Amino acid sequence: MPRITVTVDGIKYEEDVEPRLLLVHLLRERLGKTGTPVGCDTSNCGACTVMLDGKSVKSCSVLAVQADGCDVVTIEGLGVNGSMHPMQQAFHEEHALQCGYCTPGMVMAAIDLLRDDPDPSEERIRQGLEGNLCRCTGYCNIVRAVRKGAQEMGQAVSTP
Amino acid sequence: MTIQEVGQEVGRPRKRKEDARLLTGRTQWTDNLTRPGLLHVMFLRSPMAHARITRVDVSGARELPGVVAAFSGQDFAAEQGSLPCAWPVSEDVVIPDHPPMAVSEVRYVGEAVACVIATDRYRAADALEAIDVEYEQLPAVLEMKEALTAESPKVHEAGNKAFSTKITSGDIEAAFRDAPIVIDRTFRQQRLIPSAMEPRAVMADTDGESYTLWSSTQIPHVLRVMLAVVTGIPEHKIRVIAPDVGGGFGSKLQVTAEEVLCLLLARKLGKPVKWTESRSEGNLTVHHGRDQIQHLRLAADADGRIRGLQVDLLADMGAYLMLVTPGIPLLGASMFNAIYKMDAYEFACTGVFTTKMPTDAYRGAGRPEATFGIERMMDELAAELHMDPVEVRRRNWIKHEEFPYTTISGLTYDSGNYEAATDKATAMFGYDKLRAEQNDRRDRGDPVQLGIGVSTYTEMCGLAPSRMLGEANYAAGGWEHGTVRMLPTGKVEVITGTSPHGQGHVTAWSQIVADALGVPFDDVTVLHGDTAISHKGMDTYGSRSLVIGGIAVLKAAEKVKDKARKLAAHLLECSPDDLEFEAGAFKVRGTESQKTMQELSWAAFAAHDLPEGVEARLDSDATFDPENYSFPHGTHLCAVEVDTETGMVKIRSYVAVDDVGKVVNPLIVEGQVHGGIAQGIAQALFEEAVYDADGNLLTTTMADYLLPSAADLPTFTLDRTESPATSNPLGVKGVGEAGTIASTPAVVNAIVDALRPLGIHDVEMPCSPERVWRALEGVRS
Repeated sequence: MPRITVTVDGIKYEEDVEPRLLLVHLLRERLGKTGTPVGCDTSNCGACTVMLDGKSVKSCSVLAVQADGCDVVTIEGLGVNGSMHPMQQAFHEEHALQCGYCTPGMVMAAIDLLRDDPDPSEERIRQGLEGNLCRCTGYCNIVRAVRKGAQEMGQAVSTP
Repeated sequence: MTIQEVGQEVGRPRKRKEDARLLTGRTQWTDNLTRPGLLHVMFLRSPMAHARITRVDVSGARELPGVVAAFSGQDFAAEQGSLPCAWPVSEDVVIPDHPPMAVSEVRYVGEAVACVIATDRYRAADALEAIDVEYEQLPAVLEMKEALTAESPKVHEAGNKAFSTKITSGDIEAAFRDAPIVIDRTFRQQRLIPSAMEPRAVMADTDGESYTLWSSTQIPHVLRVMLAVVTGIPEHKIRVIAPDVGGGFGSKLQVTAEEVLCLLLARKLGKPVKWTESRSEGNLTVHHGRDQIQHLRLAADADGRIRGLQVDLLADMGAYLMLVTPGIPLLGASMFNAIYKMDAYEFACTGVFTTKMPTDAYRGAGRPEATFGIERMMDELAAELHMDPVEVRRRNWIKHEEFPYTTISGLTYDSGNYEAATDKATAMFGYDKLRAEQNDRRDRGDPVQLGIGVSTYTEMCGLAPSRMLGEANYAAGGWEHGTVRMLPTGKVEVITGTSPHGQGHVTAWSQIVADALGVPFDDVTVLHGDTAISHKGMDTYGSRSLVIGGIAVLKAAEKVKDKARKLAAHLLECSPDDLEFEAGAFKVRGTESQKTMQELSWAAFAAHDLPEGVEARLDSDATFDPENYSFPHGTHLCAVEVDTETGMVKIRSYVAVDDVGKVVNPLIVEGQVHGGIAQGIAQALFEEAVYDADGNLLTTTMADYLLPSAADLPTFTLDRTESPATSNPLGVKGVGEAGTIASTPAVVNAIVDALRPLGIHDVEMPCSPERVWRALEGVRS
């Protein structure tokens, strides 16, 4: 069984894993990181989106062995010192979640979207979130939250 | 003790208390939970739509590493009972035996035939492949009309008709006799897959004496009763917990095979077991929604006034009757006449068995289907008369001064103002300007045509007065329960019998109780979803939670306040009548003398000096059973651009003005309407469960079953009007289903409106580019 080393939310783990083990199952069942849920089997819904070396990936379509030597950030590792990340805060402010099942993946995808385009238009946000499905909100408030999160994060960068 | 700031909470856009946990991943989805020694269950499911099971051999699976046990349906035949149907709608209803695991015959693709229990889910998946099943294939039964013919193969021995019912009001023959206008149309409500984002999961454990079942369910209380009835395990030995539940939309309003079997497996093995469905398993086996063929006839005068409406429905039950399967089409029986006045009405419905996944409640449940039918007919009537579709509605609806109004189907609408909502919506939409643009595009022969769709709807909400459920033959009542208890320190715990899964009950109930007791919003917490804590309840569905559950909580809080008043009068040595309640304290009128609710709560806990007849602690229970349904209503308008060369439909704008009575939390209301509209648009444009000719589901994944993404939808423009409900003290009406009910016909009416000058009078849902293109090709050739 291959042995991998992976850093998750700042903690380094060494794990023996079956080659077929999915990253999301490593996170959820071996490391207790249940903040990342599974919504489909086909990488369509995006609920399981995490950051892998700084880029968002759907952790149901990554094998644990592929994460060997990588740095993973999940929704549980996003906030700093117990306070929420500006994007999480923006989702709260704009009522951009209802049942909350898609929310961790949605927040991750939104943050990744801003890496490419720190000041996205509504259309760009809608396109950027195409791989993350929500069944509750109708997306209006999610789009608003991403705009707000972008503004807050922009200010956070420009503030010395 | 100082008085903390308290203020008017009801009506305030409070951000949700629920959010922080959900946003930071500190969630309790059922699949997140574990127990020491937990075993994983997986089911082997039928690959055939209809077959006799001639042999099941699980011995190969039992020998594999990590496998603890494997069972066939035969192994459970004696103990598994039959999944319940709680709504025998008519005297002729046929309720077939429905074993949780098939024993001798399978009737839809996906029905469980065997299961394995292993130490992890990968081992369990491996073991499924080692199970040997032999089937003798039987003919599939897929189309309702064919299923009702004498030559059709039978799904069940008793035949393919599940029930039939007919309701007539007024002289229907007279209404149609010599009517200047008769519109005759048939609409199809395609089969939908509810697709809550959280797949279902169940965990069961036992200590040898009693049982705990965790399930991603909307109905922990109903589920507990039903599990006891089905399995024979005494009710008081079963505890059901619905932890965080990731969406429902009716699909988790069910007593499922997997819940029953996990409970039985925990008993059989004496160990904790968990089952989590994959999405493809879910698409096969979560009950589906809609699936009706509606034949409608409408008779009208030359001025557009409706004389009568005849509805003849075929409703696909699928292979079995689940918890409320036959009741769903009947929820639409009194909604087809909608907000319109007419002289006569007839509703007939036949429930049909087919070899497909059973249907049951899906967002709106029967009411979206009915609203779609009548709202499409209103547009057809307008077209026949060359009249504006808004005007034809104006001529027929109940005027605001006519409320309360008893409709032709016998419901009494308590309040509403269709004029106000429609005037507001058309103004926001820029109705006249869009009509001008539409005419311009038509004149120019623009390849992209503009269509305008209107839907003026009402909903029968807040399910339901127990008396009315009794009249409808439903097995249980529709009351709801609430408890409010002030803790010694003055904080407040609320217990509700409703079981939220995204609706924000914790926040809204906190607002209601904070106002009622004059305590700060942050001092209130809400407990729910565990039958050991919330010991009474009828759960969450049919937009009933606020309208019934919220009022039960309000009533309990008022009882607590009454008790506090007696205690305050005793401690302040005055009459209760001398006290006035202000800013969270009872004050002796005209003096500085007062007791805060916090002080009274401690005094009731210490119990050193209680007045006669007043028991320790400030707490109380209440149940609420409304006198009537509530009837939210509204006007939705949709503008679409239809590319007549490609069939592509683009929603250009969407305006909704809803009247949901008084609003407790405008943020939550807006969010519910947004989500509802999205689901209704999805039915109009994207979603359909498709079976092939052999009964295989072709849409088993989210790649095949098209849920809309952010890129597929526009931003919706919302506003409200307000006609308070008269059936409850808060005046609230419920909002969860409104958007879904209104939006599907608004979108399809818009598409047909765009294409009507080209000779198209209907497009079957979902109105995919291919369907629209084919319709266009049909009239071009």
